[in-house]
Amino acid sequence: MMNKIFNFVIKHPIWVFVAIIGLAFLASNGAKNLLFKSDYRVFFGPEHPQLQAYESMQKIYSKSDNVYFLIVPKDGNVFSKEHLASIQELTKQSWQIPYSTRVDSITNFQHSYAEGDDLVVEDLVTDVQSLTAADLNRIKEIALNEPQLVNKAVSEQGHVSVVNVTVRLPGVNPITEVPEVAAFVRDLKAQYLANNPGTEVYLSGMVMMNTAFSESSMADSATLIPLMFLLVIITIGVLLRTITGTIASVTVIIISIASTMGLAGWLGFYLTSPSSVAPIMILTLAVADCVHILSTMFYEMRQGAEKKAAIAKSLQLNLQPIFLTTVTTAIGFLCMNFSDSPPYRDLGNLVAMGIFLAFIFSMTIFPAMLSILPVRVSKDISDSQNNMHKLAGFIIAKKKVLLPVVSVITVVLALNVTSNEVNDDYVKYFDETVPFRTATDTMQENISGMTILEVSVDSGQSSGIYEPQYLKFVSDFSDWLRQQPETDHVSTITDTIKRVNRNMNGDDPSAYTLPTSRELAAQYVLMYELSLPYGLDLNSQINIDKSSTRLIVTFKNLTTSELIDVEQRIQAWSGANSNQYRMDIASPSLMFAHIGQSSVESLLISTTIALIVISIVLGLAMRSVRFGLISLLPNLAPVLVGFGIWGLMDGQMGVALAVVASMTLGIVVDDTVHFLSKYFHARRERGETPEQAIYYAFGNVGRSLWITTFVLVVGFAVLSISSFKTNADMGLLTAITLLVALIIDFLFLPPLLLAIDKSKSSKANQTDAQWDEQQSDLALKREAS
Amino acid sequence: MLNLRKLTHCTLLSAVMLCAHGVLAMEGAQKGLEISKEYKSRDTGWGDSSSEIKMILRNTEGQESIRKITFNTLEQLSDGDKSLTVFVEPYDLKGTAFLSFSHPVGADDQWLYLPALKRVKRISSSNKSGPFMGSEFAYEDLSSFEVQKYTYNYLGEEEANGLQSHKIEQFPVDENSGYKRRIVWIDKEAYRIQKIEFYDRKDALLKTLTYSGYNKYIEGFWRPDNAKMVNHQSGKSTVLEFYNYQFREGLSDSDFSQSSLKRLR
Repeated sequence: MMNKIFNFVIKHPIWVFVAIIGLAFLASNGAKNLLFKSDYRVFFGPEHPQLQAYESMQKIYSKSDNVYFLIVPKDGNVFSKEHLASIQELTKQSWQIPYSTRVDSITNFQHSYAEGDDLVVEDLVTDVQSLTAADLNRIKEIALNEPQLVNKAVSEQGHVSVVNVTVRLPGVNPITEVPEVAAFVRDLKAQYLANNPGTEVYLSGMVMMNTAFSESSMADSATLIPLMFLLVIITIGVLLRTITGTIASVTVIIISIASTMGLAGWLGFYLTSPSSVAPIMILTLAVADCVHILSTMFYEMRQGAEKKAAIAKSLQLNLQPIFLTTVTTAIGFLCMNFSDSPPYRDLGNLVAMGIFLAFIFSMTIFPAMLSILPVRVSKDISDSQNNMHKLAGFIIAKKKVLLPVVSVITVVLALNVTSNEVNDDYVKYFDETVPFRTATDTMQENISGMTILEVSVDSGQSSGIYEPQYLKFVSDFSDWLRQQPETDHVSTITDTIKRVNRNMNGDDPSAYTLPTSRELAAQYVLMYELSLPYGLDLNSQINIDKSSTRLIVTFKNLTTSELIDVEQRIQAWSGANSNQYRMDIASPSLMFAHIGQSSVESLLISTTIALIVISIVLGLAMRSVRFGLISLLPNLAPVLVGFGIWGLMDGQMGVALAVVASMTLGIVVDDTVHFLSKYFHARRERGETPEQAIYYAFGNVGRSLWITTFVLVVGFAVLSISSFKTNADMGLLTAITLLVALIIDFLFLPPLLLAIDKSKSSKANQTDAQWDEQQSDLALKREAS
Repeated sequence: MLNLRKLTHCTLLSAVMLCAHGVLAMEGAQKGLEISKEYKSRDTGWGDSSSEIKMILRNTEGQESIRKITFNTLEQLSDGDKSLTVFVEPYDLKGTAFLSFSHPVGADDQWLYLPALKRVKRISSSNKSGPFMGSEFAYEDLSSFEVQKYTYNYLGEEEANGLQSHKIEQFPVDENSGYKRRIVWIDKEAYRIQKIEFYDRKDALLKTLTYSGYNKYIEGFWRPDNAKMVNHQSGKSTVLEFYNYQFREGLSDSDFSQSSLKRLR
């Protein structure tokens, strides 16, 4: 059946070429439907409990993303006429930012004070030009003593200031909304810098993070993909010395990627930062198929076969192993579906789809192109064949040393797996070349972090927030939060109520307390609310029924475990203070923290399942239980060693790295499959000794194994220069694991085989070995027919 | 020479066109103003009025909250109207009274009586665009219409609530207004406001207010039973239901004074 197809391909290469290109063109047409979603929420499935909690809280209060302008005057003092005027102007301009609903700064802070029996509520900074030195001092005094402002809008020393713009993205057109805001905001920054040469301005906040997601992915696509193509061309061109082979390989790669992304578009996928690396992975993996077919073809041609016969022979010999490695690799990628994070599921599915297409294309259009185009064989590769022979000799000679040494190193490195710590800090998703990262780091050093928890405290009854007991609880809770070492800022309605109480008592500092009756609190809040301007209302802190309030707590940038620890301390405090109110905690930071934690679980599940399924597939395909069992060790060891090395190098693990285990497992298996199948072929079909079989396996697949591994390692290493650090880490860890896998396959597997195979020749195991041989004979006969 | 002539020609032509445009704009402003004046004049002469209002607030999570107030107004012919809002529900605000003297230009005078404190406090703030009792109505949406508060542009005729209406653009004069502009639909039949669209300072549609259930009271003054404000940006909404309209009950300035606030119960 397959032979008929191969014959057709070789006889009618032009038809095949045209048909495949046509189909690929149709498929790739869907790419126009493929849109990039730059929103951190894509990391969470709609059923994710922390996302649901957060969305519900946003519906009760107000839904918001934000932009921070961090203003850093070089003279180190925000409270000058010049700087206040500029901040006031920026505040005013910021109301023009698309979808902005609120702007908070030190200048428009609603300062309240008593004037006889009047309650005066006005902007903290009004007419800047008329301010005297005394006025400036007074403003500084007020701002630096205002809990709502310190460490949020202005630093304790008054040397930097933040303008916080709340943005409510309608979500009607997610593709254009974020860039629209970002462009406007950058324009404002440029204007600000032009008018204030003595100031630095940084942009942070959730909108800028979303922008960074799409921009760093776009930059990656523009640099990494061309770089990868270049490397592929060089590798195939130089190592296999063939122009036709290079052209044909690049064609297979391009149409594999184009068809995959096109089908993704037809199927309604959207792109995200993690899934946008799918083309690079497909590119890397597709090369292997081409390399295997090319090297067998050249081998046959060197043996004197005519080109078309050599192509046919190569397809025949490679069909089973390439199909098998495609299946196992796809299983590894499909196991990424156990990830809690949809973009990683998408990535797994896209790559799995891509490598299946690459398999089909490398069996059809690839030989068709090789048939059409001229192919010349270079004779002078005996050098590296010789090297492989030498390597095999070395390994056999040193087998007694290699087996224990490599085993010990493997175990020692694998034990370092425990040095990894779970951490999904979204600020660190980007490296220092990304402006968002620099801005957020600068903000953390100078004023406050970006880790935020929103805590909603529900009194359980309408207008219940005015109950003195409730207010006292919230106030005590806020005080306790402020005492925590990680806390930078707490925004709470109790501060506002205390301030109004002080105002109503002639600004007597000792009256900065909570009202004694429920009615008084309600009436104070009404009075204050009636005095507020557009956009600066209390609706972001109080729900419509006045039954619950929301505290917004800003922390230093915390790791996942630190944040979860804070969350647990809050729960514990609540329990210890016999809290009768329902407390909900939610925030993007918390969402990332929890997904980081659950990623470890999904890592274990996906790896176990990948391992089991892959072993079963190998056992079935090779019709050998022994084969399946032997392959377990060299397959699993590289993953453990890879994570062990990571523990020593970096040790930070999150949702992105959790998928690496199952993914690499699928790829690592390929080397084992190729090596073992050649080894057993030599032992059984050719009746060679274990030593001879090792020589045979090295001579046959050693070269293509190291070439494909080289391409894979380089391909994933290219990913590691991405400015999107999770993709970079994913690439680096995969590259390390694949390199380790090759080393283990070369230095550990052969000595292991020699050790095991010797004991196999004893009588006790004879029957098992015979059964295995019969099975593999059957398999080969079936293949030949 | 020819070129010069052509140039003059062109200049003249564009000048004429510019003028035409200017005239049209002026006509639009004039017509908008005239219709607004007509609206105001038709709603002049009712003296004083009172009504009970039920406010129903809803958020996107489906939660609902109810407030009740009584609302008294005293018509002022040469200034903005005086109004007195007495809170009935929620319970904590019962007896709280808000007195406001609105002015066509500049800050309103506002006082609040706090029963828990048994004192009247003056609110000194030029802000009137914040949410009223946490609802989607700003105080400025509830205060009386005065011709001087806006500049105008006539946009044409359009159907609103099934009635052929004048569509007028209004630009607030007060810089403390929360809006850049409003678009108002006034039906041609009886000059009642059918619908208002509010545009925020960046000129994005913020809210739509729709009136319904108009009834005619004494000598032909129309009042709605229902006003629904939908905030398009937050998805929240507030419905006002009006009950028990009363006119010409003989209210006077002394009922709208600081000292009158304490007497209310």
